Amino acid sequence: MEVENKMATKEYKRKDGRKNNEMRSPIVAKVGIVPNADGSAMFQIGKTIAIAAVYGPKKMHPQHSQNPEKGTLRCTYNMLSFSVSDRIRPGPNRRSTEISKITQWALDPVVMLERYPSMVVDVYIHITQADAGTRCAGINAAAMALAHAGIPMKDMVSSVAVGKIDKTLVLDLDKYEDSEFDEGEGSTDIPMSFTRSGELTHLQLDGKISKDQLKEAVKMAQKACEEIYEIQKKALKDSVGELK
Amino acid sequence: MSERKIVIPGEVIEKGNDFLPGEGTEKRGEEIVALKYGLAEESNRLVKIIPLSGVYNPRRGNVVIGKVELLTFNGWVINIGTAENAFLSLMEVPRFVNKDALDEVMDIGDMAVVKISGINNRGVDATIKSRGLGRIDEGLIVSVNPNKVPRIIGKEGSMINLIKDETRCNITVGQNGFVWIRGDKIEDELYAKKAILFVTEKSFTSGLTEEVKKWFDGGGK
Repeated sequence: MEVENKMATKEYKRKDGRKNNEMRSPIVAKVGIVPNADGSAMFQIGKTIAIAAVYGPKKMHPQHSQNPEKGTLRCTYNMLSFSVSDRIRPGPNRRSTEISKITQWALDPVVMLERYPSMVVDVYIHITQADAGTRCAGINAAAMALAHAGIPMKDMVSSVAVGKIDKTLVLDLDKYEDSEFDEGEGSTDIPMSFTRSGELTHLQLDGKISKDQLKEAVKMAQKACEEIYEIQKKALKDSVGELK
Repeated sequence: MSERKIVIPGEVIEKGNDFLPGEGTEKRGEEIVALKYGLAEESNRLVKIIPLSGVYNPRRGNVVIGKVELLTFNGWVINIGTAENAFLSLMEVPRFVNKDALDEVMDIGDMAVVKISGINNRGVDATIKSRGLGRIDEGLIVSVNPNKVPRIIGKEGSMINLIKDETRCNITVGQNGFVWIRGDKIEDELYAKKAILFVTEKSFTSGLTEEVKKWFDGGGK
């Protein structure tokens, strides 16, 4: 009993020595890495690497899925078989289908496809190296790739996860914190996406957290997303090369 | 704002009521916000964005080069590299065509220079009722990034005229990124192709026309 109490009051100390509100490093963003795509980007945070390629707007096929009122955004998330240390079976599965949908919902509020009726913009996200936080990296890369493809957007989207490790809130979980930590209350991760203006476009949570702590988590993520936005902005601006 | 600058979606380009929002921008309260990634440019108080990447979107009056994909009973369907195929109606051909012999004008697989006469909710309409339009019979077609077409043409055609003069070729630049080169000799055509690819590679350099002049003086190296 005593041991458990001690555990509960103890602040969680991060294994890799990061501060609680510190993201993994390096954070690298690059634009225009897939020559055949209409727009593409890479986003790396720590050991997680995501590549996004955008194709279109092009005619939606099959015809029955066309929306004559506005264009459609279609995201496909895919983890490559070598992205984790145990080879994963390639191809779509329950998890990747869900993340594809989530990514689409996170980006839908910003893309303006009213001018492209019956058309589709395809976003393919490939995770070449996974170390937790892949959907957030995927959304960050996808937002840059969409901008690079010249798709009209109201704003940019940046994404990061906040986790509750036992009782402590920490930013941007790594693999250990996300899935291996099991002391005390265990770990809960909350991926979130924000627009530049601070609006929430996506929040996922399965686990238990108090209302106050959730509010704190949202604030924490919002602040981190501002940092990520600056990195995305710099990547897009630098991709042009030297201009007169 | 006299200088052009690169903007990303959601970025504020100008504040205050002195400016008007143009293409690729939107007014939100007092601010003019970019909706696209590209170069923001201001002229006569109008702020607009020149896209740097992405797909070609057709506009009325554009001359484009495409491939005939289908013959219908009253015209041709032409793929111009956009989501929507262009339709060239029989009425838009400047001479009499027998309805049984559409393929004598253009057959499936033929390349053609067409002008976009209109865009409506059914698709893109094309015409060949102008000089220099119609089927392509000879020469070389080079595909380049449509966003680099303005650089190939240059200010008032300065760049394309330079290439034409230096290579003694006739060149038609389609706004959709297809360039049609025809010269007397295949060597001339290949030289022109090399020059065009050089321009697209160096498209971010300032004083590009001078650079290309030097490139020609050096014999294309």
